[in-house]
Amino acid sequence: MKVSKCDPRLAKYLIEQYGGADGELAAALRYLNQRYTIPDKVIGLLTDIGTEEFAHLEMIATMVYKLTKDATVEQMEAAGLGGHLVDHGFDLYYHNAAGNPFTVACLTAKGDPIANLYEDIAAEEKARATYQWLIDITDDADIQDGLRFLREREVIHALRFREAVEMLKGYQEEKKVF
Amino acid sequence: MDPQWHAYTPYSSALDPCPPRPKAYIVPPNQYVIFQPHGLRQFAPREALKRGTLWPELYSPYEHGDRGGGRR
Repeated sequence: MKVSKCDPRLAKYLIEQYGGADGELAAALRYLNQRYTIPDKVIGLLTDIGTEEFAHLEMIATMVYKLTKDATVEQMEAAGLGGHLVDHGFDLYYHNAAGNPFTVACLTAKGDPIANLYEDIAAEEKARATYQWLIDITDDADIQDGLRFLREREVIHALRFREAVEMLKGYQEEKKVF
Repeated sequence: MDPQWHAYTPYSSALDPCPPRPKAYIVPPNQYVIFQPHGLRQFAPREALKRGTLWPELYSPYEHGDRGGGRR
């Protein structure tokens, strides 16, 4: 990940995608948990995307790390990261942009493939919206490049999940022929 | 079983501790309708009130045991 501007303030916002409700950690945990009981036809999709989300988590982590690792205490405080510094120093932590710690209460597993996949589609669209706000809030061209890539992955994942819904709907026709 | 139920058989290992049980999930009819067309068949008013919809095409039954054995 290339970060071209010393801007610890942006780290405070990027952390939303690290430990926020629609962030990459929530996505990875959601998919890699649902994968066990989803019909076997779409287990592979959830496994692949769930694993990919962990890679995206590393990208966000790297951005946050680079933005804060050489910041002074004064810079951290000016960036609104004074509370983070007191609690975590320069460590990263799984919380959202408002400082609320990550909670699995933000993700669901309903035991119903259609309900679960719609949750997944909604999560991807919400993450896409978050990336759009993040692109809007920074003028770092390199960060924007990374965020645009991550936003596009949300677009593709949402499509893949909608395809998965269609596959589960289509099961009927195949099974009808005995 | 109502055709809205879809049966599937996930991988089952000879080393699994419990005998495999049938698996199924339900896809309600709203999944196949983008915009509801005009002129669909209708239930009689009292029947519609009981079922929760006026249209048989959109009715999704959910009976105890449909999942395959229910609570066993």
